[in-house]
Amino acid sequence: MKQHIAGFLVLVLLAAGLAAAGENRPGRVALPAINIEKGEKCVAPVDEMRRNHMKMLAHQRDQTMHRGIRSTQHSLKGCIDCHASPKTNSVLGKDGFCASCHAYAAVSMDCFECHSPAPQRRAGGAAP
Amino acid sequence: MSPDRRQILGWGVAAAAGAALAPGIRLIELVQARSPEEAAAALHRWGLLIDTVKCVDCDVCVTACHAENGVTGHARPETDAQWIRKVNLRDKKSGHAQTLPLMCQHCEHPPCVDVCPTGASFKRADGIVLVDKHICIGCRYCVMACPYGARSFIHETLSGQKPDVPRGKGTVESCTLCVHRIDRDETPACVEACARDGGKAMAFGDLNDRDGAIHRRLRAEASSQVRPDLALNTAVRYQGL
Repeated sequence: MKQHIAGFLVLVLLAAGLAAAGENRPGRVALPAINIEKGEKCVAPVDEMRRNHMKMLAHQRDQTMHRGIRSTQHSLKGCIDCHASPKTNSVLGKDGFCASCHAYAAVSMDCFECHSPAPQRRAGGAAP
Repeated sequence: MSPDRRQILGWGVAAAAGAALAPGIRLIELVQARSPEEAAAALHRWGLLIDTVKCVDCDVCVTACHAENGVTGHARPETDAQWIRKVNLRDKKSGHAQTLPLMCQHCEHPPCVDVCPTGASFKRADGIVLVDKHICIGCRYCVMACPYGARSFIHETLSGQKPDVPRGKGTVESCTLCVHRIDRDETPACVEACARDGGKAMAFGDLNDRDGAIHRRLRAEASSQVRPDLALNTAVRYQGL
């Protein structure tokens, strides 16, 4: 009988501990900052973008590089033009659209070793 | 790459357009602004014609190129990237001096493409020779293969690149004929600058367009390639060399 009570107590304590951990979670884990700066919706539903944006970018990259197709729908420049923070003028940085999510998911990206993280400025100073 | 159906249809249309109704009148103009969704076509071959007699002792083409493409250096001439440079020639006996801009010659048979082990160095359908930096491993075989010394290697981490011109450490690069400008129907930055501030020595155009200014001049006037003995059929031609 004593053993049963002890077992029950351990279970209760464990459950309480898990619940407490669950409550604390948002505080302990830094969630990505997803600030949509421009436009009402993206080129595809959010779920698809989250799962497949890298495939779209890789496909468009080859189309642009090798065939000279410069449609903006799936281009990296298109992403940056909408998603760059107006404060930092970039998709990188702590709360940057690309950087914060990639930091959260622990997925490194090489795009910005070469590509500019800032939207294009046309003559006149305004982004297109 | 085998030509797809659309491309073959395109050639057919082009052939029909090429058959003139009357001299100078065509059903469809050969040189038309390409929409962003349309692929570069083998119908065109973009090139330059440079008149060395008009080329004066200035470097506006170099400055304009490097400003347009965000090519910056570290004041280390031996390793800094150089997409275009001025070459000064002087005949030792007569003392006759010439100056000319030299950049990637956009060969029809580019040695840089032959030697590239990954396929990063390639020629686009419209004849522009480019480096796909996504697959460039930085081996620099192309730097050694190019007889014009047109390729540069990026040795150091970069920042502040132009959105249209991605550049990064560990890859090779060279003149792109301002491909991002050509794709929106503009002329290369060097040609524009030379016409504005230089000696009006550079002309850009389609070497395949029989009615184009470049084709007309190449037909009527003497011109030469640099190192014609290599039979690379360059798209950059010179006059007065």
